Amino acid sequence: MTIIKVPVKGLSSKEYERSLKVTWQPELQYAWDNGIAIGKYLEALKDGKILGSRCEKCHRIMLPARSFCELCWRPVDEYLPVKDTGIVNTFSICHVNWDASRLKPREPRHLPAVIEIEGASAGMGIMHLLGNVKPKDIYIGMKVKAKWKPRKDREGTITDILYFEPVRK
Amino acid sequence: MGKRRVAVVGAGLTKFVRRAQETGPELSHQAVKMALDSADLKLKDIDMVTLGTAPDAFDGVHMKGEYLLSGAGGNNKPYIRNFVGGGTGVFAPIHGWMHVASGAADICMVVAEEKMSCCHPHPAGAFITIFDHTTEQPLKPTLIWIFALEMRRYMETYGLSAEDIARVAVKNKKNALDHPSAQVAEEVTIKDVLDSEMLAEPVHRLDISPSSDGAAAMILASEDVAKRLTDKPIWLDGVGWNLDTSYWATRDLYYPRYVEKAARMAYDMAGIKEPSKEIHVAEPYDPFDYKELHHMEGLMLCERGEAAQLTADGVTERDGNLPICPSGGALGVGNPIAATGLMKVIEIYLQLKGDAGKRQVPGDPRVGVAQAWGDLMQVGTVTVLRR
Ligand SMILES: [Zn+2]
Repeated sequence: MTIIKVPVKGLSSKEYERSLKVTWQPELQYAWDNGIAIGKYLEALKDGKILGSRCEKCHRIMLPARSFCELCWRPVDEYLPVKDTGIVNTFSICHVNWDASRLKPREPRHLPAVIEIEGASAGMGIMHLLGNVKPKDIYIGMKVKAKWKPRKDREGTITDILYFEPVRK
Repeated sequence: MGKRRVAVVGAGLTKFVRRAQETGPELSHQAVKMALDSADLKLKDIDMVTLGTAPDAFDGVHMKGEYLLSGAGGNNKPYIRNFVGGGTGVFAPIHGWMHVASGAADICMVVAEEKMSCCHPHPAGAFITIFDHTTEQPLKPTLIWIFALEMRRYMETYGLSAEDIARVAVKNKKNALDHPSAQVAEEVTIKDVLDSEMLAEPVHRLDISPSSDGAAAMILASEDVAKRLTDKPIWLDGVGWNLDTSYWATRDLYYPRYVEKAARMAYDMAGIKEPSKEIHVAEPYDPFDYKELHHMEGLMLCERGEAAQLTADGVTERDGNLPICPSGGALGVGNPIAATGLMKVIEIYLQLKGDAGKRQVPGDPRVGVAQAWGDLMQVGTVTVLRR
């Protein structure tokens, strides 16, 4: 049986405006526990350090810190700081906000990147933002360093690193 | 007892639209009714129902499985919702396969539904909660970030141009002109894609599928029942699924190894040794145009890094040697997430039956594969169908 006719028509924007509907804007708040490993990771950020964890079985130094190695399925052996420098693995120059609304022409573009952090095992990246760089100057393989908030302003959140900026020689 | 062979014996599909007037249960009802009619069955003939639908946040309805129960035809039957993010639509028939292959059911209804338009101002906002709440959400990520990051890594690895990628959107939107469910079918050029709004470099607006409302349904049956119902059963001979680590930034995004693992599982089950030669038509998931290429490689339909060249050479056109997304895919038919995955399995079913109408690929295809993908770029779901 070949499908040639299907149900459902769809509403045009005008029809949709005119249609009756119920709207709801939830006001819910959540408090997420940091847990053991990410708790330590955030404490370390407050101290200006990026914390990984090491597994003696697979010899990986993992980021972000975790309490068990998901490959070996055993508790990690040690938490240890890695460097606050890294290499851009991939990046974007983003013109929209999280809710798909557009940035205004003069607003700075968002510069998300995956950054492979030095001192962790090869390929261990975290997602963060780039800054203090012209978008056109960013490239894969670029060496970057964390730009920390002033110590007194740090709160133990991922935003204690404002962004990663190019290491200038 | 070993596994029983499972056949597809019917299918139904609504139109995919930006905003449906129908509710989710009403959309599901339409697809299910159409599937029952296509197989000449009544709801009382259905032993079990499985329903796939993506995050509750689109509808703002918790217990979405229960919300959609009546429309899916699940009242007073063994009914369950399944979910693996964007991979759900192809996982739904895998879940139905479990019901029938195990002997628990002789006939199983598989339903996939999505109504994204409820979420305002844009359903994209609902995706923020897929990111880690502590280490990622404070950076205010949008879903497009992960696609942009993955697309750039893929392009950089193989030296691909924006044109190489845009060609997929051009092909699929054109293919969709022949699909009665299509939402965004149109003739566009590579230039149109590259001139469309830049959202998150390198992703343009026309590189992306739309958000959509729609539903799909498929009926699976055991071998004996299928042979009674139809003289042309299409066999669901291979299923596979796999999830990679949720620490998505710690694996190289250029290659979807979890898709390969899912494909290997499905191919082994279906006895396929050389997928690039033995598979005649494929529907990889294409929510973004580069994803079609990425997934062709993960499905081992070509060498790694080769998919863009095959596309440029016309191999993946509907009349090419390896037709890819002859339906028009998510880029052309639309992307009501779970319903899209099942739409793809339905397309392979119709192609193998010779019932794809204007979309029929030449060469009397006998083996096809459909695949979906999702969560934090970590899940692959694969089905192999055979006539
Ligand atoms: Zn380990």
